Amino acid sequence: MKQLMIKGGRVIDPARDYDQVADVLIKDGVVEKIAPGQKSPSGAEVIDAEGLIVTPGLIDIHVHLRDPGQEYKEDILSGTRAASAGGFTAVAAMANTEPVGDDPSMINYVLNKASGAAARVYPLGALTKGLEGKEMAELGRMKLAGAAGFSDDGKPVMDGMMMRNALHYASGIGAVVIVHEEDSNLAAGGMMHEGTVSSLLGLRGIPAAAEEAMISRDLMILKITGGRLHIAHVSTAGSVELLRRAKAEGLNVTAEVTPHHLLLTDRLVKNSGYNTNTKVNPPLRTENDRQALWAGLLDGTIDAVASDHAPHHTDDKDVEYDFAPCGIAGLESTLPLLLDEVASGRIKGFTLPLLLEKLSSGPARVLGLPGGSFEDGKAGDVTIIDPEREFIIEPDNWYSRSRNTPFAGKRLKGAPVYTIVGGEITMKEGVVTERAVQG
Amino acid sequence: MQTLRRKDMLGLEEVSAEEINLILETSRSMREIMQRKIKKVPTLRGRSVLNLFYEPSTRTKASFELAQKYMSSDSVSVAGSSSSLVKGETLKDTVRNVEIMGIECVIMRHPVSGSSHYLARNVEASVINAGDGMHEHPTQGLLDMFTIWEKKGRLEELKVAIVGDIRHSRVARSNLWGLQKMGAEVVVSGPPTLMPPDLDAFGVKYYHDLEEAVENADVVMALRLQKERQESGLFPSMREYAELYGVTPKKIARAKEEPLIMHPGPMNRGIEISSELADGPQSVVLEQAASGVAVRMALLYLLLGGTKEQ
Repeated sequence: MKQLMIKGGRVIDPARDYDQVADVLIKDGVVEKIAPGQKSPSGAEVIDAEGLIVTPGLIDIHVHLRDPGQEYKEDILSGTRAASAGGFTAVAAMANTEPVGDDPSMINYVLNKASGAAARVYPLGALTKGLEGKEMAELGRMKLAGAAGFSDDGKPVMDGMMMRNALHYASGIGAVVIVHEEDSNLAAGGMMHEGTVSSLLGLRGIPAAAEEAMISRDLMILKITGGRLHIAHVSTAGSVELLRRAKAEGLNVTAEVTPHHLLLTDRLVKNSGYNTNTKVNPPLRTENDRQALWAGLLDGTIDAVASDHAPHHTDDKDVEYDFAPCGIAGLESTLPLLLDEVASGRIKGFTLPLLLEKLSSGPARVLGLPGGSFEDGKAGDVTIIDPEREFIIEPDNWYSRSRNTPFAGKRLKGAPVYTIVGGEITMKEGVVTERAVQG
Repeated sequence: MQTLRRKDMLGLEEVSAEEINLILETSRSMREIMQRKIKKVPTLRGRSVLNLFYEPSTRTKASFELAQKYMSSDSVSVAGSSSSLVKGETLKDTVRNVEIMGIECVIMRHPVSGSSHYLARNVEASVINAGDGMHEHPTQGLLDMFTIWEKKGRLEELKVAIVGDIRHSRVARSNLWGLQKMGAEVVVSGPPTLMPPDLDAFGVKYYHDLEEAVENADVVMALRLQKERQESGLFPSMREYAELYGVTPKKIARAKEEPLIMHPGPMNRGIEISSELADGPQSVVLEQAASGVAVRMALLYLLLGGTKEQ
């Protein structure tokens, strides 16, 4: 019988509105008891969490693990180590692999390789075969194999009828459909947000309308199909407003936002001298959009923060702007970046419990995942945070195989110090432990 | 003589009026050298320059190469098609391999905006942007300003109307920055679909109507309608473009008397400019080409001069 006692930390469980100093006892991988002043059972491993934050294991519902097919950028093991180092106990992996994850065998492959990895992996299946937007993938069979949801992420579903059918069909099997909203005609050839900065830089733009038009379309479709729609990486003020109204109308839609869209703007493309680590899709938008995203996060319009961890090898990024692939690797920076926002008090109303909700119960609710909250008898997934810890983003020391981040060198306050999956410590003081990776 | 306190010339957005003045003044001396019977000075003897052109170019390439010859520098020219780019080598590797052979200055034309910034970060050599995508073409802006300055004696308080495809034009961007820094008023005209998404970013006024735009203009500059850069459907037809936005004597009747007529070349005669104007007494199209050599000599001198024993 294996026991782990986390003593004296401030336990924050946003889903239950629980916020007090208490001890967390995990027994045989599941939460046994949360209460102040517990005695450590003999033989239990004890973590002294005084001055630390103890919270349900954080979940990143939008990552690209590149496995199979592009293991030189990332694979399931390196990606889950990165997740663990970043304080995440679980990730949901997108299906844009090679081959595409559009078949139950691919779901099995991911689950098998991830068993015993440093973080739980929830595979997402492709919505359409080959991500081509033409033919529905076998959503039901993939769901039976363990797919946590379906998405053609990276690609929009341009055919409205295809989207209607997929959303309608998915409603019958109780599956969430995650959409990357971008009208590819309006966005054609775009390298960055269309506006002042793209004008100055002579880079082709992706207008906000490309995202907003597609969100509008899919919200209208959702009205006739029912089902569960989740909007990935919302990036514009207009999108937030559309979602706010849709939620007020009672539509069953959720949304996520990335740390880079919350923290950066298109100005950085210019100020960095066309640094390709600023190239991401959806693109970094304007200050006005950034403010609106924060407002949406604070008022509940946006349900979750997700990294959209999109690892790319330095060789792929170290080229001219147009030639570089889109994406920012975020698993090892997301939590410290946002903890620093809390610590700085720059965003009024952005509290630690709110942040943790957007990284635990929020994302769990979006995908209908088991974790995200402490419940007696549920998996002992825990993230322990030191809110005072100095942290520097150093991609050269990452567990991820990739280093593509515009945040390199940033000094922050606040970092995860323990990640615990099913009662097993997978990360301690920034070091991912061996037993986790042996599986 | 002074030198420029900068390693690279990537765009006129980041150059000051003082620097532009220095380049124009220096260009005037260079112009004088070009008018000599023996067009050769030893100023850059023993200095090595790479001309790297990933896009076709006649005028700019010839002009840079002549400038180098007149200044006695050693140079090699590599065209995109014959370079190792086609063998899959990266830009960074290509230039670093040539740089180690002793190159001190790289002049690059490249189809991607920002590629000269990228290169400048990755090499020690000075980088001169000879046109990067839709971003900037600073030496074209400088030679246009030099041409106007020579003809009009000043740039301050002149009104310059730039007509055509501003959106895809690196020439336009460099001129918008340069001319305004030197105190000129710049207005633009052309179909809305050929304007950048945010023209206010450049601080220029846009006129739908060409005739209105050129009202009291001292200079009218027509831009090449870059067919190869057009996404389809930005305007209905070439003949409609010519009719609405082609620079013709009738269209510019409301300009000042004897306005300068400019075009960066190569011209589509009968489309963005009528031959009547292009070949007429007000045209300085050929002077622009000549100015190009002088300005590029000046820039090479100012960037390379003084870094070694002079």
